[in-house]
Amino acid sequence: MKISKEEVGYVADLARLSFDEAQTEKLQGDLSAVLDYVAALEKLDTTDVKPTEHVLELVNVLRPDVVGETLPIDKVLANAPEAENNAFRVPRVVE
Amino acid sequence: MKDLANKTVTELHALMAAGDTTPSEITKAVAVRIAEEEPVVEAYVTTLVDQAEEEASACDARVKEHGLAGTLDAIPYALKDNMCTDGILTTCSSKILSNFKPPYNCTVYNRLEDKGGILIGKTNMDEFAMGSSCETSALRRTTNPWNPEYVPGGSSGGSAAAVASGMAPYALGSDTGGSIRQPAALCGVVGMKPTYGLVSRYGLVAFASSLDQIGTFTKDVEDCAVVMDAIVGHDAKDSTSVPEQHIDMLTGLKSGVKGMKIGISQAFMGEGLQDEIRKSLDEAIRVYTELGAEIVDVDFTMLDYALPAYYLIASAEASSNLARYDGVRYGVRAEDYDGLVDMYVKSRSEGFGDEVKRRIMLGTYALSAGYYDAYYKKAMKVRTLIIQEYKKVYQSCDLLLTPTTATTSFKFGERTANPLEMYLSDLYTVPVNIAGIPAVSIPAGLDAKGLPIGLQLAGPAFSEDTILKAAWAYEDQTRYTDLRAPLQKK
Repeated sequence: MKISKEEVGYVADLARLSFDEAQTEKLQGDLSAVLDYVAALEKLDTTDVKPTEHVLELVNVLRPDVVGETLPIDKVLANAPEAENNAFRVPRVVE
Repeated sequence: MKDLANKTVTELHALMAAGDTTPSEITKAVAVRIAEEEPVVEAYVTTLVDQAEEEASACDARVKEHGLAGTLDAIPYALKDNMCTDGILTTCSSKILSNFKPPYNCTVYNRLEDKGGILIGKTNMDEFAMGSSCETSALRRTTNPWNPEYVPGGSSGGSAAAVASGMAPYALGSDTGGSIRQPAALCGVVGMKPTYGLVSRYGLVAFASSLDQIGTFTKDVEDCAVVMDAIVGHDAKDSTSVPEQHIDMLTGLKSGVKGMKIGISQAFMGEGLQDEIRKSLDEAIRVYTELGAEIVDVDFTMLDYALPAYYLIASAEASSNLARYDGVRYGVRAEDYDGLVDMYVKSRSEGFGDEVKRRIMLGTYALSAGYYDAYYKKAMKVRTLIIQEYKKVYQSCDLLLTPTTATTSFKFGERTANPLEMYLSDLYTVPVNIAGIPAVSIPAGLDAKGLPIGLQLAGPAFSEDTILKAAWAYEDQTRYTDLRAPLQKK
């Protein structure tokens, strides 16, 4: 299966990535090759097989709704590219 | 000449207990080895030698007065650079995290510190653990301690190389599709991936959450049991951590394999298998037979489907997990951008390497409208079939013995042109992650080029004790774990 240039662009947009012309062409080839490879799965009949999301049988692990220890704000913000007034600073979103 | 850097954890512990060496002497020996080997091997992203030597001297007085708290007390170790350490750089070998100093510690770090461990460095890896050679690291070029022209394997190649070259008595890594066992095989050390959920993933940077598991790199099998024993256990901070389940990996370790049923499958001996590795497998079968184990032929029909299913599941989960790197809260933000969305796009496009982007693209595609059922859901159904196949296999045997990899190590650049060729490096290790079961890779000698061979023992969930018992029996007969990589500095 051959992935088109438009499809690469569409998926890149979903993934918040951008690629130039040469990279797009390389990705078309790489992704097409991987998709051809995984097409082997079509040989297996899985009509009545239930999907496994997770190997453990744990469901809804809950804890008491009590406030625990939290990280100090200045320590968390120490990694922020930009911070101001105890918050992460980003470019203006609403004009 | 005590040669401390070449000793196992158990040996170092015995020497300290007997008063023949001290914590600071051990850490000094490892520091000297790092100074000598690291320029060629480049196993570490960050070394913490000064800090470790200070910690070790503080241990000297304590140990003299109170004795050793346990086998890992006062022994240095290394962590893969995807395990969060408070205030210590944790990069995942990616440009996007090249400045990240986590505000908290992962659970495995806390466990090892409680045992008196001394962190000596954070090891190099394939970027975000995506790769099988360490070549996708944006920060270092780790070489194989047995021959610097060859790759150490990956993704935990730095941890494997650090242990193989004596730059760490033991190390932790993470294994999503073979990232502990494959580099362990390529570097000639013992590498174990335990049952999914047995070791807390809290503070491990996520790649594919339903497959990721933390495990160990050690020089021999007894060390493996000791370190595993220290890091397992329930953790309320990881909702996929299994409730208290005690597996005694130490008591019966040396009790032998008499009556054990060891399965062999022709599926793992396809045409790509290197002749010398096949011979190693034959030798292991002989060893186990002589020790009183029963060799059983088993069918494994799903091998060819495991890798395709793996790449869909792992990439889908990765595309979701890596959505958090957006240049807002931590990590590197692009310098020039026009508005919020452009900031996301530029930070991610500049911060991620090619392989990471390729997998995000594949995963996003497989999860996108119209393709979800055909790719992602199909892969999850195949996952069920693989789990069922293992259940069948373990009805007729206790463990499955296979090669860890089809070939020994390969040269830099040999498999980078074609992504699929690199993916095939994990053919024999991936099925284990899909089923969430435990497996170990053990050294099985060298090939004609002097490169290590690894064999893999895999068992049903929570069979770590049985796996290690069989691994120890093989080691005891062959002594391949006594081999040490030649030093770069003569």
